[in-house]
Amino acid sequence: MKFKKRQLIEKAAPWVVVFGMLILWQLSIWIFSPQPFILPSPALVYSALLDYREPIIAHAIFTLTNTLIGFAIGIVVGGLLGIFIGSSRLIYAGFYPLLIGINSVPKAAVVPVLVIWLGIGQPPAIATAFLLSFFPISVNVAAGLATVEPELEDVLRSLGASKLDTLTKVGLPRSLPYFFASLKVAVTLAFVGAVISETLASNDGIGYLMLQAASQFRTPLMFAGLIVIAGMGIGTYLLCALVEERMTGWATRKQIQATGGG
Amino acid sequence: MSDVKSGAEPFVDFQDVALRYGDENGTLALSGVDFSIAKGQFAAIVGPSGCGKSSFMKLATGLAPPTKGQVRVAGATVNGPLKITGMAFQNPTLLPWRDTLRNVMLPLEIVQPHRSQLSKQRAKYEAHALKLLETVGLAGFERKQPWMLSGGMQQRVSLCRSLVHDPQLLMLDEPFAALDAFTREELWAVLQSLWMEKRFTCILVTHDLREAAYLADVIFVMSARPGRILSTHHVDLPRPRTVDSTFDPRFVEIVQQIRSEIAQTRKESDAAKPLPQGAST
Repeated sequence: MKFKKRQLIEKAAPWVVVFGMLILWQLSIWIFSPQPFILPSPALVYSALLDYREPIIAHAIFTLTNTLIGFAIGIVVGGLLGIFIGSSRLIYAGFYPLLIGINSVPKAAVVPVLVIWLGIGQPPAIATAFLLSFFPISVNVAAGLATVEPELEDVLRSLGASKLDTLTKVGLPRSLPYFFASLKVAVTLAFVGAVISETLASNDGIGYLMLQAASQFRTPLMFAGLIVIAGMGIGTYLLCALVEERMTGWATRKQIQATGGG
Repeated sequence: MSDVKSGAEPFVDFQDVALRYGDENGTLALSGVDFSIAKGQFAAIVGPSGCGKSSFMKLATGLAPPTKGQVRVAGATVNGPLKITGMAFQNPTLLPWRDTLRNVMLPLEIVQPHRSQLSKQRAKYEAHALKLLETVGLAGFERKQPWMLSGGMQQRVSLCRSLVHDPQLLMLDEPFAALDAFTREELWAVLQSLWMEKRFTCILVTHDLREAAYLADVIFVMSARPGRILSTHHVDLPRPRTVDSTFDPRFVEIVQQIRSEIAQTRKESDAAKPLPQGAST
């Protein structure tokens, strides 16, 4: 009974926190009464969401599409790159510094280059989403492959297993939990990439919508845009978490039920 | 230091083998190792810690080439990973995403000719693996995931995995070292009956002298690093041996003798230590 109650509280906790923030927000509006174009009240943001729902939905779909396409390319390229890097120490040593270098370049600085190559709108948004999301995926997959126990490798090698055998029987299944864990991080980064690119070089998308709203001091609409991005981010994150749980239950269950003696 | 009856060709044969890690200045793990084991024999290798027992495993299975000398297994010089061996380690190294049965069947997915027949004759192979699990007392656990099993059970699964493809040579690297004393003695009996049934050639590397004397026909004592064979002991106690055999005066005598030999080589290596270290810097 007590355990069930605890579970219930745990499930309710995120909602309590969100509503608490909303209440705090509304309270600070009442106490400090700022101009609506500095900090609009939750009610104003909500009505902006309702009033502009059609353009918001259209722009959100545009952003979501770019994000997911970029993310999908990120999964494929990042996954393959991770396998490539993780399968050999020499390749790991050679490519890792380059990967770190690419990742430390601020992606906002890359967008103008992408615009020259790809034009404006959808192509650079997809490219930026991809550029931000492939890195955690490949690093995680490589880490999963590189941490296979040496004894297990000996067992397989002494059976005459080829490199490909070791990869498919042990390496890949072992790196799956790392892969799925990285998807959660990567999908939120893909949103960041898409929105950055839309803000800088696009006539569509939530990023563009917010830029327009900002130029007209329609702050409630900007906040509405932020909330839509956050909502889509949480949604895709949860989807990835669900897939992770389904695919690699053995990795997480291990910690919960690692008991049994004798 | 041959232990092979005259006439028969040795199954595992080390001739003046040395193994050095890295370049010329690397650690010399083994030096002048010379011995042989007959087909179907159960050999144990004991020695102080750091005597290169694991290096020895790598040499015998072809995972590492000798720096000097020659390793021959089954009548041929070893020059690459052998495919007729099974291995088990102190760590069971089971795959957590596979259930017990599929863990045991892993070698069948790799070793020929089983590999190409597996999909057609899956039922036959599964029955074989299930029977093996039953022999080690794990009937009914075939659908359990490894993390649901205790350490002793995981080690039994690991043993089954190393034997499922009927290897001619079984290499065991301290397989029971992480288990409690009772489980360990239980598994000695399990391993002994498996060996008596199948008569594979077995090399057991261990720290535990009672374990060596319980299981082996012949015990090789290794010196401290660089490891070489100091002496050979034949255990002529009747089989199947039981825990009661370990209180037999002959058994105690063998264990005592090996223990004093190892104590001696440890003392010598401790006395010799400061000198070469001081000289090398």
